[in-house]
Amino acid sequence: MRITCPHCGERDLREFTYRGVALALDRPAPDAGAAAWDDYVHLRDNPAGMTRDLWYHSGGCGAWLVVTRDTISHDVISSELASTARRATK
Amino acid sequence: MRYSALKVFTQGLTGNKGWRPVWRNPDPKPEYDIVIIGGGGHGLSTAYYLAKKHGLKNIAVLEKGYIGGGNVGRNTTIVRANYFLPGNSEFYSHSMKLWEGLSQDLNFNVMLSQRGVISLFHSDGQRDAFVRRGNAMINQGDDAVLLDRDGLQKMLPYLDYDNGRFPIYGGLLHPRGATARHDGVAWGYARGADQRGVDLIQNCEVTGIDIVGGKVTGVQTTRGAIRAKKVGIVVAGRSGQVAEMAGMRLPIESHVLQAFVSEGLKPAIDHVISFGMGHFYISQSDKGGLVFGGDLDFYASYAQRGNLPRKEQVMEAAMTLMPMIGKAKVLRSWGGIMDMTPDGSPIIDKTGTDGLFIDCGWCYGGFKAVPGSGDAFAHLIATGQPHETARGFRLDRFRTGQGIMDEEGTGSQHNLH
Repeated sequence: MRITCPHCGERDLREFTYRGVALALDRPAPDAGAAAWDDYVHLRDNPAGMTRDLWYHSGGCGAWLVVTRDTISHDVISSELASTARRATK
Repeated sequence: MRYSALKVFTQGLTGNKGWRPVWRNPDPKPEYDIVIIGGGGHGLSTAYYLAKKHGLKNIAVLEKGYIGGGNVGRNTTIVRANYFLPGNSEFYSHSMKLWEGLSQDLNFNVMLSQRGVISLFHSDGQRDAFVRRGNAMINQGDDAVLLDRDGLQKMLPYLDYDNGRFPIYGGLLHPRGATARHDGVAWGYARGADQRGVDLIQNCEVTGIDIVGGKVTGVQTTRGAIRAKKVGIVVAGRSGQVAEMAGMRLPIESHVLQAFVSEGLKPAIDHVISFGMGHFYISQSDKGGLVFGGDLDFYASYAQRGNLPRKEQVMEAAMTLMPMIGKAKVLRSWGGIMDMTPDGSPIIDKTGTDGLFIDCGWCYGGFKAVPGSGDAFAHLIATGQPHETARGFRLDRFRTGQGIMDEEGTGSQHNLH
């Protein structure tokens, strides 16, 4: 698996640290209630197929990325800076 | 047909012509009292105990592939009861006792080999933690022996005791820890369930779960609709997809875990050795292959194969621990899909739907739990009450924060186990 960092170009998997599904971009409000927080912290769609998840370019530029990839084939489709992706959701 | 040494002998004299398939291959009936989704180790043992201990007859196990073709036939076969936390400890202790009687119970040799599991420690602090764990195991009624460096060196002379990063201070020996013949476990339970009238239906993928008025009424499958009064979901890595058919989201992320086997070698490693600091463990199979593995690849995956960085890390850990295996050639490697929960402990519980039950979240430790999980899940389905050894495996513990069972002490959050 190789991931393209928008800053650094295509890099080896070893340079990246996985964080999990990219729902951190849509964090609930502090007073959103127990159900919303349970949903956010614990429950997962866990898709077999396309997923968007957060990777940290720990062995490179230190950027947080949102990577779109296929969990069945390990194909990496695209990646963007998490800051860009977050602005797009707002 | 009952198996015995005499049977093997007489069959050998008569050209082995008398052996028959050990389970039927029935078509699904339109209706069952209980449908178990998933014909893996846990699903088969659940069906077996439903029939044997609870006397239930009208049961089907639906398997999308073939019996023994999933994780139950693709793991590193370790059986142990060396857990620390209340909730886990009594469950794995119970499962170990079932293992110890399993070959007799099933009349099928599961080749349980109680060679001992040794967990290594590398500092004074870690020794203290292992003393405490050993005491917890003894309190549970299981066995644990603390080995100092000299004691360990007599048993395992080939380890690198003076490694600069992880010098070996000793090990915690769990003498009843074992390996088993993984296919045999699947086949033995399948045969036992079939003999008690359970329909094992292979090549039958569930595509939908029928729910009417908050109560389960059956399942849709690639071999037609099947009505059922109760449905149990036991599908390991695919738990997310099947639960979604019932409108549920689970606290589970599916990850890939790799394992490796070397070429066959003469007997060298007598125990199961766990090198936790290197995320590495190893044993030697009866065929002579070294069976070993490491940590998760640590990204969500359904690929059943891993990537190169983890392979390298596992090989490096092997060389760190026991340089003598450096010339052994790796014969094959593979990956399995693990249903990871936030706290690393499993779930055996009712769901929000009447008659629908779920058994999942076994992370990378499902094999040793096959008998215990089947017994506990069968008890829950048959009686509606949790089994006494599985009360802690609640689905709602993450939402409420009560009864989290974080055995590693790393935190109850995805990607930490």
